[in-house]
Amino acid sequence: MSLQFRVEKREQGSALFRTLATSASVLGALFVAGFLLLSAGVNPAAAYMEILREALGSTYGISETLVKATPLIITGLAVSVAFRMQIWNIGAEGQIYMGACGATWVALFSGLEAPLILPAMFAAAFVAGGLWASVAGLLRARWQVNEVIVTLLMNYIAILLADYLIYGPWKNPDGYNFPLTAQFSDAARLSEYFNTRLHSGFFLALFCALAVYLLMERTIWGYQIKAIGSNQAAARYAGMKTGLAIFLVLTLSGAIAGVAGFSEVAGLQHRLQHGLSPGYGYTAIIIAWLARRSALGVIIVSLLMGILLVGGDSLQLSWQLPVAFAYAFQGLILFFLLASDFFINFRLRRVKEDADA
Amino acid sequence: MLEILLDATVRAGTPILFATLGAIINERAGIINLGIEGLMLIGALSGFAATFSSGSLLLGVVSAFVAAFIAGSIHALITVQLRGNQIVSGLALTMFGIGVTALFGRGVVGQTIDGFERHAVPLLSQLPVVGKAFFNQNGLIYFSFLLVAFIWFFFYHTRWGLNLRTIGENPAAADACGIAVNRYRFLAVACGSGLVGIGGAYLSLASTPMWIENMTAGRGWIAVALVIFASWSSVRALFGAYLFGGITAMQLRFQAMGTTVSAHVLQMLPYVFTIVVLVISTIRLQKGASQQPENLGLPYDREDRK
Amino acid sequence: MPKLLQLQHIRKTFPGVVALDDVSFSIAAGEIHTLLGENGAGKSTLMNVLTGFYAPDSGSLQLDGQSVRFSSPRDSLALGIGMVHQHFMLVAAHSVLENILVALQGVPLLFPRRQLRSKIEQTIDEFGIDLDLDAPVWQLSIGAQQWIELIKLLMRDCRLLILDEPTAVLTPQEADKLFQVLQRLKQQGKSIIFISHKMREVMEISDRVTILKKGRSVTTLEAGEFNQNKLAALMIGGDKIPEWQKSLPFSDELVLEIENLAVRNDRGLADLDNFNLQLKKGEILGIAGIAGNGQKALAEALTGLTRVESGRVLAAGEDITRSCARSSYIAGIAHIPEDRKAIGIVPDLSLDENLILKNFRAKRFRHGVFQSRSAIRNNAIEKVDQFAIKAGPQGSPVRLLSGGNIQKVIIARELSEQPVVLIALYPTRGLDIGSAEYVHKVIAEGAGNGMSTILISEDLDELYKICDRIAVIFRGRLIGYVDPANASREQIGLMMSGEVSA
Repeated sequence: MSLQFRVEKREQGSALFRTLATSASVLGALFVAGFLLLSAGVNPAAAYMEILREALGSTYGISETLVKATPLIITGLAVSVAFRMQIWNIGAEGQIYMGACGATWVALFSGLEAPLILPAMFAAAFVAGGLWASVAGLLRARWQVNEVIVTLLMNYIAILLADYLIYGPWKNPDGYNFPLTAQFSDAARLSEYFNTRLHSGFFLALFCALAVYLLMERTIWGYQIKAIGSNQAAARYAGMKTGLAIFLVLTLSGAIAGVAGFSEVAGLQHRLQHGLSPGYGYTAIIIAWLARRSALGVIIVSLLMGILLVGGDSLQLSWQLPVAFAYAFQGLILFFLLASDFFINFRLRRVKEDADA
Repeated sequence: MLEILLDATVRAGTPILFATLGAIINERAGIINLGIEGLMLIGALSGFAATFSSGSLLLGVVSAFVAAFIAGSIHALITVQLRGNQIVSGLALTMFGIGVTALFGRGVVGQTIDGFERHAVPLLSQLPVVGKAFFNQNGLIYFSFLLVAFIWFFFYHTRWGLNLRTIGENPAAADACGIAVNRYRFLAVACGSGLVGIGGAYLSLASTPMWIENMTAGRGWIAVALVIFASWSSVRALFGAYLFGGITAMQLRFQAMGTTVSAHVLQMLPYVFTIVVLVISTIRLQKGASQQPENLGLPYDREDRK
Repeated sequence: MPKLLQLQHIRKTFPGVVALDDVSFSIAAGEIHTLLGENGAGKSTLMNVLTGFYAPDSGSLQLDGQSVRFSSPRDSLALGIGMVHQHFMLVAAHSVLENILVALQGVPLLFPRRQLRSKIEQTIDEFGIDLDLDAPVWQLSIGAQQWIELIKLLMRDCRLLILDEPTAVLTPQEADKLFQVLQRLKQQGKSIIFISHKMREVMEISDRVTILKKGRSVTTLEAGEFNQNKLAALMIGGDKIPEWQKSLPFSDELVLEIENLAVRNDRGLADLDNFNLQLKKGEILGIAGIAGNGQKALAEALTGLTRVESGRVLAAGEDITRSCARSSYIAGIAHIPEDRKAIGIVPDLSLDENLILKNFRAKRFRHGVFQSRSAIRNNAIEKVDQFAIKAGPQGSPVRLLSGGNIQKVIIARELSEQPVVLIALYPTRGLDIGSAEYVHKVIAEGAGNGMSTILISEDLDELYKICDRIAVIFRGRLIGYVDPANASREQIGLMMSGEVSA
């Protein structure tokens, strides 16, 4: 007699079960990633220990973790706002670049001075990121063009556009022909703390989280976003303008991601350069998915990812691991999360042979 | 001049063609696969590594297919058996592919192999204008021609093809006819992924016979967009891929001629072009009778109450 | 008679719902066995168990005395059990031929199209059915689509055919034609399970009848043992149907007039064609008709969900068809939609949030752009109490509620702003008798307060019970009005098939 199982829908699982399942997926991903490391000649236990030590073992490590978490929190929020409406903004990466370009333009070429220049950079980044995403928003709202593909392809365009500026018109004339812009003046930099690279962008990120929380959970706009995300037909029937909402939310999502670009150039790099973001925009997708709709969740998951990135940088030096390996790990986390979703929503029941046959 | 351009068009379009065909097979079964970019990388690396260590190009192509087949099976397992979100799973596959190939590709970076060479088809290659471009090419390109015809025939003239199309449109109807929906879907995703892998292998075995990290540079995403342009038809995928190949070829030609336009701006053209094509084909799709498989992107649960 | 198939003690649950609870019945070779029961009695669920779509929690199936278990429709088909589902299992984009080909058994990988085609045509001719094999399915009428489903089963040579409410989409003439085909199949020795709740048909065609009620099999009767009254009594069972004092007074003042309204569907076919209707203040106006004759288009046109092709809608004498006033007027129309889960609720949001879906902008629910949580909560407490909603834990998504409670949530929301007009589509479909009774009570109370109701239903009993007037719709046109106090069911039936005008 063969063992047979059948799949049954579950009523909503408990919060504890969900948390356990999520933690189990992260552990599962760590386990499989360990095998990958092993086959690449790296001792996984040593590597994981090194990640923890580097990211949390010193004040400097912790500050670096917060530095890495800063753009992740902001972009994670950006992606999650759109997620709530079942809109996929895969273009945060490009929107970071556009935001950085906007901020850089103000910093280098606007001629503004001290009290005004930082707010102007912020505004320029917000607008640039928003405009960039609004293209996909318009196409999706007006003609139902697949926003996943459009936002993604626009990442490539945005990065090429930034490269064009860095290699071309914005190149530092005194920079020995390196592809870099000139450094920002002190007035165009965010303040730094504790003699580390931690900058006020981190607090900006926390502020963004609060703003997004209030927007989503307390306002009638957030209510509409959630309603449209849950059932677009019902929302339209209730008189909500779904097309307009899609356009605005994608634009807002891009604008928030643009702020991450501002925070990176004004707080950390102080100039526009190639490789500004090592894929924060893609990591943000996982963060938004892992955080399951909560702004607080975005902060927590971003900090965890920050640990991973700081540790990963160190592994790159000590074991010659490629930076992109972090992607493999993130992909694995997503796979395991999706699998755990199945066990949250369904249960397997053994099929009994009937005795009275 | 036209001949050279046409030749470059076919060469630039072929990897995209394989990827688009693979994606079409996925979507015909009702499964969206956004892992195309990652699958191409997996195919490119495993194809290159196998050829590098064995010296056999055929072995390279086969192992590209097998590796992508296995990686695609993860997506199939999650979306078909576990009914997971297809978009997230596809993105995960792309990330996984980028990371894993970066990790395992370290060993073969900077190595070279003897890639695919041209073999002229007698008579046909003598045709004016198109002869050289289409019939003085390498074996993989000839294989892609056969594949286009085969997939068309498979969909419209075989029982399996009809079953597969029915599943993509209405899995419950297929189920009611006694068709094993999940088995078909799994195989369609895995085999389609394998073809995508061959598209990747074209890059590392024919275009530039070496492995470079992230060498696909967004071609997988372009393939995803071209599926819509192609209205899920293999024959139209051929035109879509060559249209894209043509833009790429022209852009390279401009660069070679030394225009004053920045190379970065020229490199944007294929992406801009793809978005424009996507918009036009989406609008056209809504006007005419939609060719899109009706149940695309939705998991099938037999016990879901209507 | 030898038993072909026997089901014993079948139980099937879905999260939070017991759909089948200890159902047993059997079917003999060459008989037409009717399953009779109200909506929600479990007929379709039982048949889905029988065809392998649903796996039962417990119970056994025996075919030819052999115990069988189906893990998929494939297994049941292999043993010769085929079903025409209520929601057809067809691919709209494919041709009729492709839809039949995909159902054939034992066809080689490269199918011999011409040979198969002539075989299919032969079957079609044999039963005198009119079908164009090359037409895409979406172009065909629902009746024609049902024939395709039947041909699929005939081509597979099924021993047992299950038809789930086949006559709901047929005109009386088409239904007669279907009965002829079924009688013929019976003579060929095939068994048929026929699902219906139309008494006339049940009397005409059944060899035996099994009655289901609330997921249980009540009894099985042989031909000659039953009559219409007995069946109806068994079907409704011990539930008391309170007598309504109908004919509440209503004035002659017109609240809504529809003149020559035309609506086309997305395939360009006319759903409503030159349709006229008058609704008076405080009246409950029933719309009777066979499903698919324009009922849905009517509701959608009035609630602004679909575009009006031509014609006028007058509210209290004012033309609102295209004016800006329409949208604000629509806001005053309450709507109980046909497909509750598709447009009635926002499944992932809580009960509280669903109750304010239509008036979340109202001043009392917000301070500026911020929502007033306490006001929203208090509103929910009030509605839960007033409409006897069985709410789950606070904040849990509304999709976890049962069908009856979801319907109450929709009604509570729609009636909360004292609407002038209520449009209710099949508001009691799938509800248990208690909930259905409650819905009727709410509509009647609304009428007492001056609300006018358009009640669209296919259940004549329901229409007779609470309507002041009944309008009959056929092929998108108004056939006429009848007074339920005087008109016979036969008269309405004839009007529903377009044969007689009032």
